[in-house]
Amino acid sequence: MSINATPAGAEVSAGAERPGGRHATVPTQRSGRRKAPLSENKKAERKLGWLLCAPAALVMLAVTAYPIIYSVWLSLQRFDLRFPDQREFIGLENYVTVLTNEFWWTAFGVTMLITVVTVAVELVLGMGLAIIMHRTLIGRGLVRTSALIPYGIVTVVAAFSWRYAWTPGTGYLANLFSDGAPLTERASSLAIIMLAEIWKTTPFMALLLMAGLALVPEDLLKAASTDGATAWQRFTKVMLPVMKPAILVALLFRTLDAFRVFDNIFVLTAGGNETSSVSMLAYNNLIRGLNLGIGSTMSVLIFITVAIIAFVFVKLFGTAAPGSDDGERR
Amino acid sequence: MATGTETTTRARLRWGLLDVFVVVFALVPVLWIASLSFKTPATLTDGNFIPREWTLDNYKTIFDTDQFVRALVNSIGIALIATLVAVVLGAMAAYAISRLDFPGKRLLVGVSLLIAMFPQVSLVSPLFEIERQLGLFDTWPGLILPYITFALPLAIYTLSAFFKQIPWDLEKAAKMDGATQGQAFRRVIAPLAAPGLFTTAILVFIFCWNDFLFAITLTSTERARTVPVALSFFTGESQFEDPTGAICAAAVVITIPIILFVLFFQRRIVSGLTSGAVKG
Repeated sequence: MSINATPAGAEVSAGAERPGGRHATVPTQRSGRRKAPLSENKKAERKLGWLLCAPAALVMLAVTAYPIIYSVWLSLQRFDLRFPDQREFIGLENYVTVLTNEFWWTAFGVTMLITVVTVAVELVLGMGLAIIMHRTLIGRGLVRTSALIPYGIVTVVAAFSWRYAWTPGTGYLANLFSDGAPLTERASSLAIIMLAEIWKTTPFMALLLMAGLALVPEDLLKAASTDGATAWQRFTKVMLPVMKPAILVALLFRTLDAFRVFDNIFVLTAGGNETSSVSMLAYNNLIRGLNLGIGSTMSVLIFITVAIIAFVFVKLFGTAAPGSDDGERR
Repeated sequence: MATGTETTTRARLRWGLLDVFVVVFALVPVLWIASLSFKTPATLTDGNFIPREWTLDNYKTIFDTDQFVRALVNSIGIALIATLVAVVLGAMAAYAISRLDFPGKRLLVGVSLLIAMFPQVSLVSPLFEIERQLGLFDTWPGLILPYITFALPLAIYTLSAFFKQIPWDLEKAAKMDGATQGQAFRRVIAPLAAPGLFTTAILVFIFCWNDFLFAITLTSTERARTVPVALSFFTGESQFEDPTGAICAAAVVITIPIILFVLFFQRRIVSGLTSGAVKG
């Protein structure tokens, strides 16, 4: 990812300038376009493309470009807000500090575990939920609405629900399934964090998958059924290929989101008993510890890890990635 | 279904059981919070799923505090404005990405991916500083801007996946009939893309409604403070011996707009983009 950084960065500024500049010239060019030859059409297409992308690109760059650069810059400094006098440029020293720290690797392992387990479970449950929401014969509206509620409810609130449920005395689950206090032990804490994550975000997965499911042509399913395809064959041979783009979107966003797990851990255990995620660790260093240097270093490291995950995903799914020219248009 | 009523009844029963399972899975934790919100302080820790003594005191408490009401207004306003802007901008960009050929396309996808991946926790302190300098700190636009920014990658990705599946021959046909590229977009493709737009709108609204990190760092007073932040102050407020009941009551209240929103857009999500186009 660091190899790509330089050319991408160079193009960003060029891309950002173009749409603004073209804005003024479009009306004059458009008037003479009707009978224009193909190359003229091509130019108009380019212009329209830039015009349509410009607002989104400008907003995204304005709100993130400077903070991103600033974050990288901060990670190369010794910068503790409690001792502002000691601020100085120290190169990669912060990275050495973090990468040789045992807490970092524990948090990294916890985060990876939570990400892999929750996303895998969510894909299976989400696909099932999507099919139920899409195809159920009765109570479709009720099912869809109630399935969306876990996703809609504020994460912090949902986390409170699970916390109270597993609190000895107060909670119905604690009294049913456990003698002790499950949120005070590491393994059971992690299990509850994962349960809370899965409950909260499976509908997100299902909603995106359902969007893909809606694109599967009914005729094709009927034809396959007539030709004697089993339900499983219809699922793998007809539905999955059509749904591929939707699955990529759902998996990609859920994995990235799961890797940044924060709110649930914050409410459920506050990172106690070695249940901190890397985001918790970064937050504690940045906001609570006021150590901008170390906090930013962790943020950059989280970013790199997440970038590698995304890169693998896009490579894995290849041409299904949005924006790739996969021959649909020639 | 072709084989008669018996299969239909069996199928209905099977779907009905699955439905019940989903509803229970989805609602139990929510009902649990609702149950806690109706419990009196004396029975709060009895561990019963259904309250033995019912009370509305927790709701009275939260609506008596101006803090919560203001936060509710802020949350609704900020989330709605951010959703509208993000979906419009996202649809424009997604259309260009999925349909048009222009240099810088892959770059835009790459940039939005970077933004979707970036851990928001590290953007918080520079944004805090920038917004204070620009006078955006503790205002609606101060929250709306980052929300739009972080909703856009999701909107662009979801919408371009949708747009790629639309039968584009219709657009070609419209252009053959004399429509410009822009007209083809507005008259033919936009109505076809409506289900995708509404699905995206739901996702974006919920993202904005849910945010805690930006809301707690980029606001300092009731001017722009949203409900999740107000909730977290509930937790720390010392006038309650145990804020559990009040937290749960507030949780129930802020779940209501979500339910309304989902119901409102639910009807508009038509199953199948292509079937509508072929039949219509």
